[in-house]
Amino acid sequence: MAQLIKQGALAADTWTTLTLAEEARPESVALPAGDVIFPLAVWLARKNEIVSCHKRIGLLLQPDDKVEEIAADLEYFVVIAINFPKFVDGRGYSTAALLRQRYHYQGELRAVGDVLHDQLFFMKRVGFDSYALKDGKNAVYAIDQGFSPFSATYQGSTDQPEPHFRRRTA
Amino acid sequence: MYKYDAIDRQLILDRVEQFRDQVNRWQAGELTDDEFRPLRLQNGLYIQRHAPMFRIAVPYGMLNSAQLRKLAHVARQYDRGYGHFTTRHNLQLNWPKLTDVPDILAELAEVDLHAIQTSGNCIRNITTDQFAGVAADEIIDPRPLAEILRQWSTFHPEFAFLPRKFKFAISGTEEDRAVTWFHDIGLHLKVVDGVTGFTVIVGGGLGRTPIRGQVVREFLPWQHILSYCEAILRVYNRFGRRDNAYKARIKILVQALGVEEFAKLVEAEWAHAKDGPATITQAEYERVAAHFGAPTYETISTVDADYQAKIVEEKAFARWVERNTHAHKVDGYAAVTLSLKPHGVAPGDITSEQMEVVADLADRYSFGELRISHEQNVILADVKLADLYTVWQQAKAAGLATPNIGLLTSIICCPGGDFCDLANAKSIPIATAIQQRFDDLDYLFDIGEIDLNISGCMNACGHHHVGHIGVLGVDKNNDEFYQVTLGGRQGNDAKLGKVIGPSFSAGEMPDVVEKIIQVYLENRHPDERFIDTFDRIGIDPFKNRVYEGRAHGKAKAAQKEAA
Repeated sequence: MAQLIKQGALAADTWTTLTLAEEARPESVALPAGDVIFPLAVWLARKNEIVSCHKRIGLLLQPDDKVEEIAADLEYFVVIAINFPKFVDGRGYSTAALLRQRYHYQGELRAVGDVLHDQLFFMKRVGFDSYALKDGKNAVYAIDQGFSPFSATYQGSTDQPEPHFRRRTA
Repeated sequence: MYKYDAIDRQLILDRVEQFRDQVNRWQAGELTDDEFRPLRLQNGLYIQRHAPMFRIAVPYGMLNSAQLRKLAHVARQYDRGYGHFTTRHNLQLNWPKLTDVPDILAELAEVDLHAIQTSGNCIRNITTDQFAGVAADEIIDPRPLAEILRQWSTFHPEFAFLPRKFKFAISGTEEDRAVTWFHDIGLHLKVVDGVTGFTVIVGGGLGRTPIRGQVVREFLPWQHILSYCEAILRVYNRFGRRDNAYKARIKILVQALGVEEFAKLVEAEWAHAKDGPATITQAEYERVAAHFGAPTYETISTVDADYQAKIVEEKAFARWVERNTHAHKVDGYAAVTLSLKPHGVAPGDITSEQMEVVADLADRYSFGELRISHEQNVILADVKLADLYTVWQQAKAAGLATPNIGLLTSIICCPGGDFCDLANAKSIPIATAIQQRFDDLDYLFDIGEIDLNISGCMNACGHHHVGHIGVLGVDKNNDEFYQVTLGGRQGNDAKLGKVIGPSFSAGEMPDVVEKIIQVYLENRHPDERFIDTFDRIGIDPFKNRVYEGRAHGKAKAAQKEAA
């Protein structure tokens, strides 16, 4: 079980993620009740149905999912989870940056999958605000140290759009 | 050169502590080997054949004497008293202990040195012309923008885990000396209608699939370079292949899409960021550029008489001046190249004692600064002509004055199979054997300008594709062989060499090179360089000579069987 970090503390995860079994099809998979994070394919195939029976909707994006496809749907989502199947797959950083910077997504942006201590700083910078730290990792230490290895940043990103050279006083 | 301010320095100190913590967690088993690997790589630390290999950044090739003295100390204290300068201007140590690396980083940080992003799938050290700021043919000094790009790329949150490594080169001169056509992004500074900007080249690279870069934008005003590069990197980060490491460089994406389609994606992405906060301000440019102002040159109107006399009197000195000095934009000065290619030593290697000699020379004769070239030599950029004789004598005493810059024995060479885990074959012994064969200076000077580049594997760290003569180590049934290419070149007309035919054993290589040289000498017109003759007569005369009397195919197999 991953350990959810939100606002600098461990938090209970109230969401369930719908996973498509191999033989399941997005068009016909049973939609569970409650707070559910849906894969993109299910959302695209069942949008009306989901909206009509779920108050709080979550979306799961894989690294190769194009954020452009749901850019017009963002108002529906309470949480968007971006999956990092391997932590060295950095596509999710661009997905997050686009959601926040271009499409102005305001809801919860959650990193899931192979989420580790040493990537938290980068994730926070591009716009994530919740982190499903991998099972077995030291969450207390990650909360204490993982988000702030550097005391300054040069380039702009979601958390600080102005690059350092625009914030110089002298 | 650029002087780090409190923030620049703090970030390096933060990095030291971060890495120390990562090493501790790895040793405690909290980080697996797989989790630790990309972290140590982004601090330049490889696990190699004999020991870790540790790569220290020399951003755009600039060092001051205090930094070089620190490198000398680190090499002596934590390694075996020498280091190796690479084709990306960086210094590699071949024998440090992994557990010492946090302490090494802490020592380096005292003089604003680090190993940030010297490896790994991220934006690497940015390279440029070793004569930046002093070259007679310079249009714009590339270093201020190189430093601005260095800061932008340092810990960039979106681009820390790219599909593959990513290399920038910037050139600001008429004649490209930074191999910009063979980088992931190559930037040519130029002035068009009074506006300074870049031609942006994308998707070049050597390595396994050598490809010349293509122009993605003919002209981009300089203020936009960060936002434009962000657009390129974002397109690459999203759409570059990740299923196969050999097809993951941006060059493969550009080839797959075609440069027009790639440019369309970049321009569409850039349209959102153009004129945004990443636009470089005039104030920032000026702040950084102020660090690269000209040193206080003396006004020298007459050529020093002693210098002229020495040139006439001492042939050895005259030869060194001819080969190892470069025209300077200020009268009475020259840029001096200290050769790290003495015959019989691994190209690019430098001992701690030599580093200290260079640091002293820099302090006394070149404003305390020096540069590293991608040809793996050290440059003192601002030496008075009147001081050249003294500099030559001191450099000679330290084994740093081999007058072979641009000549056959000034070989570009990777560490190869003696050190590197990736290598298919050794490269240093080949370089050494060729240097021994061509040890006669008169002969070397007669042969004239020629680039010989050697890589121990297709990753091409020795830039073999762009050598006039290129040598590539290959593995054939667990034996080391060498493939030869001819006609490659760097510069404005950068081009890949052509393979001449089947590969050779290590023992054959000096003969092969000698035969190639003979063909050139027999065919050259007066004043024709090797590459000019090659362009005129083509590859066949070389091929015929090299393979003359050599058994091929079935005959070779039969010969082998008989033996």
